[in-house]
Amino acid sequence: MSAVKQLRWLPWVSGAVLIALVPAIFSQGFIRLLFAECAIMIVFALSYNLLLGVSGMLSFGHAVYSGFGAYATIHALNWIGRSHVSIPVTLLPLVGGCGALLAGVVLGFVSTRRSGTAFAMITLGLGELVGACWLMFPKFFGGEGGIAGNRTVGAPLFGVSGWNLGSDLQIDYVVGAWCFASIAAIRALLGTPLGRVANAVRDNPERAEFVGYSARQVRWLMLIASSFFAGISGALAALNFEIVSAENVGALRSGEVLLATFIGGIGYFHGPILGAVVFVFFAVALSQWTKAWQLYLGLFFVILVLRAPGGLAALLERAAIVLRDFSALRRRAGVLGTKTAAAILSLGGLILLVEMTYHRTLEATGGTVVRVFWTDFDTGHLGAWALGGLLLSAGALTFGWLHRQELAAWGPDPSATSGGETR
Amino acid sequence: MSCALALNDVHKRFGRTAIIRGVSMTLSAGERHALIGPNGAGKSTLFNLVSGRLAPDRGRIELAGNDITGKAPFEIYRRGLSRSFQITNIFHHLSVFENLRCAVLWSLGYRYAFWRSLERLADARSRAEELIERIGLSERRDTIAATLTYAEQRALELGITIAGGSSVVLLDEPTAGMSRSETERTMRLLRHVTEGRTLLMVEHDMDVVFGLAERISVMVYGQIIACGTPEQIHANVEVREAYLGTATMEPV
Amino acid sequence: MLSSGLTLIFSMMGVLNFAHASFYMLGAYCGYQISDWLGFWPGLILAPVTVGVCGAAVERYGLRALHTRGPVAELLFTFGLSFVIVEVVQVLWGRPPVPYRLPPELDGSLFTIYSVDFPRARGFVMLVAGLILGALALMLRYSRVGMIIQAALSHPKTVETLGHDVPRIHMLVFGGGAALAGLAGAVGGAFTVTEPNMGAQIGAILFVVVVVGGMGSLAGAFFASLAIGELDAFAKVIDRSPADLAAALGAPIDPTSPLYGLWSLTLSQSAPVLPFLLLVIVLLVRPRGLLGKREDR
Repeated sequence: MSAVKQLRWLPWVSGAVLIALVPAIFSQGFIRLLFAECAIMIVFALSYNLLLGVSGMLSFGHAVYSGFGAYATIHALNWIGRSHVSIPVTLLPLVGGCGALLAGVVLGFVSTRRSGTAFAMITLGLGELVGACWLMFPKFFGGEGGIAGNRTVGAPLFGVSGWNLGSDLQIDYVVGAWCFASIAAIRALLGTPLGRVANAVRDNPERAEFVGYSARQVRWLMLIASSFFAGISGALAALNFEIVSAENVGALRSGEVLLATFIGGIGYFHGPILGAVVFVFFAVALSQWTKAWQLYLGLFFVILVLRAPGGLAALLERAAIVLRDFSALRRRAGVLGTKTAAAILSLGGLILLVEMTYHRTLEATGGTVVRVFWTDFDTGHLGAWALGGLLLSAGALTFGWLHRQELAAWGPDPSATSGGETR
Repeated sequence: MSCALALNDVHKRFGRTAIIRGVSMTLSAGERHALIGPNGAGKSTLFNLVSGRLAPDRGRIELAGNDITGKAPFEIYRRGLSRSFQITNIFHHLSVFENLRCAVLWSLGYRYAFWRSLERLADARSRAEELIERIGLSERRDTIAATLTYAEQRALELGITIAGGSSVVLLDEPTAGMSRSETERTMRLLRHVTEGRTLLMVEHDMDVVFGLAERISVMVYGQIIACGTPEQIHANVEVREAYLGTATMEPV
Repeated sequence: MLSSGLTLIFSMMGVLNFAHASFYMLGAYCGYQISDWLGFWPGLILAPVTVGVCGAAVERYGLRALHTRGPVAELLFTFGLSFVIVEVVQVLWGRPPVPYRLPPELDGSLFTIYSVDFPRARGFVMLVAGLILGALALMLRYSRVGMIIQAALSHPKTVETLGHDVPRIHMLVFGGGAALAGLAGAVGGAFTVTEPNMGAQIGAILFVVVVVGGMGSLAGAFFASLAIGELDAFAKVIDRSPADLAAALGAPIDPTSPLYGLWSLTLSQSAPVLPFLLLVIVLLVRPRGLLGKREDR
């Protein structure tokens, strides 16, 4: 019993350790950038999942709230700088959260009047509305250039001079601390009556009404909570990059958080965390290696929607179940190995074809040779294309054939589950 | 005797078809009342009108003297009326325990609390555990509702309905699709659980009707054609022709 | 015109289609590519066919599997698909606009009223739009296929028991709608500009038109697109703001007051926002739209 209890603290402890160590060890460069982006995206995705996974509300305009939080924070930052008020900047994410919360109360009142598809469309419309507004209010949105700020103002934290967020290390710790606190707060929210009733409204809004809850009220409250945390994530972005522009409220950002959350798995608490990290990896790391990363991301997303709607978290859970069953594993080892090899081959073929096409379209001036998988391929030569096509089709066909064989032999995967009260 | 539920000349039409054509009923507090009639008579529609799923075109519905005509379901629930559904209407992704815990939260006054931890609410937990015992699903406490068998889902459906302790309970065909033994178990459960409460149920199983009900109303084509004690209904010629058939029925 | 196809599909499938704007874009790019090889007029015929086939494939291999999972899954799928299509277009044709133009036969003016030229090109576009709309309306109203589609709209299970292959109908309707969008793109892309962003641009307004006009109503979509077009043109012309109005009424607003920035916005400046404002208002007040018949789930 106590062993299980100790295990529950493990992710929290290891998370705290990660946050403490990573900025210290990787004080510059790539990993540092990833760290900040991840922390921001994790909070953003968790806030989004309060709507999607927990309450069953699909929103296409969530960046409105994180954007409002970012703008509120940057304006507050500039105000502190101008008026020399002695407020520690580290508390500003609260301002961002509250600014976004206000937006959530007003805009949420409008959008939560409907549910399902209509709600999704309203959020799209509201997102476009705010996006179209940004040219109309240059003082607030900063026009083309956005609004810049300087975070080394205001009172130093705890009065210790030198703790004024001037260094990268300090801002990393602040961002990391807020990220950790937000994760804890959202976790706590899910364990409250409101959190559980939100699940009920997601599953069966009608029945929830028949046990005394106004579905509309629940949705509105959850949207307000979600907007608060989205605002915090926006505030962290504002403090970290010291600039806020229309991108922070745009439809692209709304799409990004949707992708990240869904890819991670909306039926699990840790799903959005996983998805945020994977997304940041795609966006920051993969984009260094290939210009087609958005295409890969989109394809990945579509395949998940069709085949694995539980997201990466569900896939990992299934994999864990499969791996634990040793006898069945031995039986299937050959097939599983071949399937994995086929999948990798077809993926390789796809990447080859995409990269070659990209090269021909976008970098035609650089010659016909493109470097994929540490090998040079000549896009002018038919052989390279044939190879790509062969790998892709052979791999896909083999995978499909093996998959159908397994289905016929063993039946559909019994460990496939779909959500629940967020675990 | 005080009047728990009163319907006064209620009408409802869909498009050009009148489904409920002037229904009036009164139920006294603590009464067990059955509503029977052939399929398509409008019994489910009447339930929907009383519980707030639909609003009547004309007429008045009163719950313990308060006007609830056309109010929203959650408002009616908060005033003390709950209902079950003919087609099971549960929270499919939650476990049995969570289903019932959600059902008791409002009546225990927790509302939209986001500052209290659910695990610490001892009364919510004990109420839910008690209900699980009552409806006989102790072994399935942590099972996800969507994976329960049909009979178990019906039991859960009933559990959700009575969870809040409403004074007026509407049951829509509670024993539909059940075997003989399941039906008898459910009857015993219903008798036990609705003591001191007002019960209005739609039923097709005549054994259940005659075994549980103190009064029976017969509904045909959107109107009540007869209302009275089981003996009176049993003896009523019109009712026999319209519904019961001519075979003799022995009251249980 | 686009709206009618989209409306038809939404009514049929119950899904507001993100990918439809992408089919529009695909139609433009296919039109460009085919006209590059074979000429404009062959392109005009082949592009919609190509896009229609793509649409049918999307329905068959994608949407069909998602019917049972509800509208959220379908929305996510078409959303992801539209994202992928934009990327594929960029991979194949690049980021800058491609030189897709109407053929020289359509240059010049059709007629002249009060010294204002009415370009042939515009007349052609309107003609195509009108033909499509008319054909669609006629077919739905009076033909047997139309009746079946209308029935399948509201009672798919019943129609299925009557022996009609409802999934096939869905696929054909979706493909048809995609083909319409492709035709619109083939014409529209040549008329205006063909670039990767064109889908997103038109998609937003499209939603507004469909939702305001009412899902399930061709006439509604028609009127709504007219109304929004007029609203846009009208607003762009008015260079006055509420502050000007207040001043004219003798109660000018103080320039230093906090919301002056808001009040001094001219109507022409707020033109881009108006369609979305209208969308939000309509969704709140009359979610079925002006002439819509379908209930929100």
